[in-house]
Amino acid sequence: MAEFDNPTDLVAAARRTYQAGYRRINGYSPYPIEELSEAIGFTHTALPIIVLIGGVLGGLGGFFMQYWMEVINYPLNVGGKPYNSWPAFIPITFECTILCAALAAVFGMLALNKLPQPYHPVFNAPNFALATRDSFFLVIEASDRKFEHDAVMKFMSGLGPKDLVDVEV
Amino acid sequence: MIDTAYTAPQEVARLQRAALIVGIVGLLALGAGAFFEPLQFWRSYLVGYLLWAGIAIGALALLMLQHLTGGGWGLVIRRVLEAATRTLPLMLVLFIPILLGAHSIYSWTNAEVIAAHPALQEKVRYLNLTFFSVRAVIVFAIWLLLAFFLNRWSRQQDLTGDRALAKKMRVLSGPGMVLFVFTVTVAAIDWVMSLDPEWSSTIFGLLFVAAWSLSALAFSIALTAWLTKREPMAHVVAALHFHDLGKLLLALVMLWAYFSYSQFLIIWSGNLPEEIRWYLPRTHGTWGVIALVVVILHFALPFLFLLSRRFKRDPHKLVLVAVLILIMRYVDLLWVVAPNFPGTGFHLSWMDLVAPIGFGGVWLAAFSRQLRSRPLMPLNDPQLPSVLEQAHEHHESEDFIEEASA
Repeated sequence: MAEFDNPTDLVAAARRTYQAGYRRINGYSPYPIEELSEAIGFTHTALPIIVLIGGVLGGLGGFFMQYWMEVINYPLNVGGKPYNSWPAFIPITFECTILCAALAAVFGMLALNKLPQPYHPVFNAPNFALATRDSFFLVIEASDRKFEHDAVMKFMSGLGPKDLVDVEV
Repeated sequence: MIDTAYTAPQEVARLQRAALIVGIVGLLALGAGAFFEPLQFWRSYLVGYLLWAGIAIGALALLMLQHLTGGGWGLVIRRVLEAATRTLPLMLVLFIPILLGAHSIYSWTNAEVIAAHPALQEKVRYLNLTFFSVRAVIVFAIWLLLAFFLNRWSRQQDLTGDRALAKKMRVLSGPGMVLFVFTVTVAAIDWVMSLDPEWSSTIFGLLFVAAWSLSALAFSIALTAWLTKREPMAHVVAALHFHDLGKLLLALVMLWAYFSYSQFLIIWSGNLPEEIRWYLPRTHGTWGVIALVVVILHFALPFLFLLSRRFKRDPHKLVLVAVLILIMRYVDLLWVVAPNFPGTGFHLSWMDLVAPIGFGGVWLAAFSRQLRSRPLMPLNDPQLPSVLEQAHEHHESEDFIEEASA
């Protein structure tokens, strides 16, 4: 694990690491860095499609919940309007779409990140608590196909980090 | 390398000449139409005028919005918005014929119509030509003053780099935004809603706030995408800016749909004869088909496309939605305005096509002239260095992704 002073160095190092062929790499920073996810090759996520499915199901569910109540379960004549008064169903359909899309976003994000996760080896690194304050970290994980301990340590020291540590898995 | 003066590319001058020719031919043809079918002429004139005046007026709202929020997206379109607001004097001149032709456009100017409708007799204290003109002068005066100061201070910022100017523009924009909503409400009620003087909808003003802001944003996106293909803007505007502009476009599409649907739902629920009268001709026959087209192409389709992140980040794709929205703005205006003109049922005339093209040509020529007269980026805005740096890094990381995927 390499520690850096500033986000620019982290992103540059991440790009070089990706170019060197390492794939199981990760960056840790106190705040989101848009370029970082691209630099470590993290370009695709299943989250948008999960949110879309959540929204579509919420919309259909919201509409047919009302349809079932107003037309099948308890038909009620309101102002002489037809039972299936779809214009009146739209606001609740819309709200249900948003509700289910938002829930899908939150729980989909947690599931894809494998959260909650009570233990992770990076917390064994002595300075790692600074990742929430003013330090920037780059990790090459041992599960990388190209991982070979001495070569990785040599490569990372060539990235010019402030500090370089070996994390016990 | 980068042109630090940000002079507009040659193509803008070419656009100005071409637009001026098209515009003058279009307006002359429309003017000739006045001799054959005066009523049709006024209908086409009003719709064509509202479409392009809406872009200039809406640009004022977006300009104040970006002063209030800050951010790279606002900085890269600021000069486009400013140039659009500097066309407001032209739109004031083009409004004069509407005042002169008010007798052919607005039924409440007709004493016989007022005499036949008791409800109108109560409204004449507001709906009379003198007060109508005074209100038009006031709303234009407010828009012109806001545009004047925002443009003047922005120009001073270019020349002097005085840091206090950014704050001045921000401080004016807050109350300016509030004034904007009031003035657009007055304009929408006067110029459009009073076509049917007995009908009223309290959300009508907000509907035009959303619609005109949407027109201005769609136009700004289309023009910025065009400018980004050329230097100097190719170095400045990055995918992240289009991403932000795309998000705002999605928000405004939804806001417009929300206001439109609110108006429809409330009137549909109430089901009162004097209110549903406005919707009946617009939801039956050919106008009903057009209403459906508006729902699909003005809302559903742009909404679905704009959900995608990749779509918003690609200017070539985003520009397609922006142009579609501009075309649908015209269709929607026609659907709102045209059924109030005499002649039952649906009919279109060649003037309905010539009017938006004629106004568009003249407006685009004036806009291009204004756009060329200043640098394409605010030279001394406090945000400029960070925006440029961000764009630079962004272009680098895009090159990197291309290399990596190749």
